[in-house]
Amino acid sequence: MARSQSRSKSSYLVPLGIFLALAALLFYGLGLDPKKVPSPLVGKPAPSFELESLLEPGKTISSDILKGKMSLVNVWASWCPSCRQEHGELIRIARESDVQMIGFNWKDERRAALEMLRRYGNPYVLSVFDPENQVGIDWGVYGAPETFVVDAEGIIRHKRIGPIDQRVWEEEILPVIEQYRSKG
Amino acid sequence: MTPAPMIRALVAAALLACGSAGAFTLEEFQFQSPAQEQEFRELIGKLRCLVCQNESLAASQADLAQDLRKEVYQMMQDGKSHDEIIEFLVARYGDFVLYQPPVKPSTYILWFGPFVLIGVGGFLLLRAIQRRRREPEPDLSAAEHDRIERLLTQPGTRPGDTQDRAS
Repeated sequence: MARSQSRSKSSYLVPLGIFLALAALLFYGLGLDPKKVPSPLVGKPAPSFELESLLEPGKTISSDILKGKMSLVNVWASWCPSCRQEHGELIRIARESDVQMIGFNWKDERRAALEMLRRYGNPYVLSVFDPENQVGIDWGVYGAPETFVVDAEGIIRHKRIGPIDQRVWEEEILPVIEQYRSKG
Repeated sequence: MTPAPMIRALVAAALLACGSAGAFTLEEFQFQSPAQEQEFRELIGKLRCLVCQNESLAASQADLAQDLRKEVYQMMQDGKSHDEIIEFLVARYGDFVLYQPPVKPSTYILWFGPFVLIGVGGFLLLRAIQRRRREPEPDLSAAEHDRIERLLTQPGTRPGDTQDRAS
């Protein structure tokens, strides 16, 4: 009798345990951002492109610029408020780090884009211009800002969705850069 | 950055992205045959717009959805098959672009998890029922029988008894 009593007591704890586990799982899920969709391109060569330069109309920039250097490819647009928000941090990164910062101006108007760079500064070594989303689709871009870490061999190592701030840079992006720099 | 402004920024961005351009229609796409148009509608109905995630490419008014509709349309015009088009989009945007996720090891839990849970739950339920049936009435010792008798016949221990209330 004592045995069956203890069994029934512990069997009350099982649903409680399941409930707590489920609650913990769902609570964890609340903190996840559904906007962050993992990119299938991470670990693969960056899709090649030939796009017009944003700053020099008529001049073509090809994806060869990604070869040989650790790069950040930052997808941005002047209509995107979060891009303005991260702009200062990008300028700081461009100044203090040796990564090659490439601007990928996406679905934007040249005049508005240039105006934003003039007003807030230009963190980019090179800027490509993709107003019609020709190359953006190849890169799986679905919003701005997005930032790709591309290593010296032209392999995409990380995709950041959403703006970059100092914490994101230090905790999310820099470790990836350090990890793949040695191999590059 | 604190979460609140970030959420506000994200919401604003989503609203802008979803509501910016004027209404898109499928009118701008010309088809050679009704069958082709049907196929196009079916295809974009199966694909998710990544900006407004609960909308299909067919339903979404997001700018990106229009770009992707154009891309799908162009690929159809180029004679690409259904599967080729899906593959193209999955290679760029991931499985998430599909409303119906593919069956593969990383999605087994999604596809088979509910059946496993039903199976386990059913098994436990059946076992509990069987055990209850099989379990004999508990044997009581003579002393316990005596105690029950005493409790049942003893005055003043029944609920509602005046004695009980007074104590």
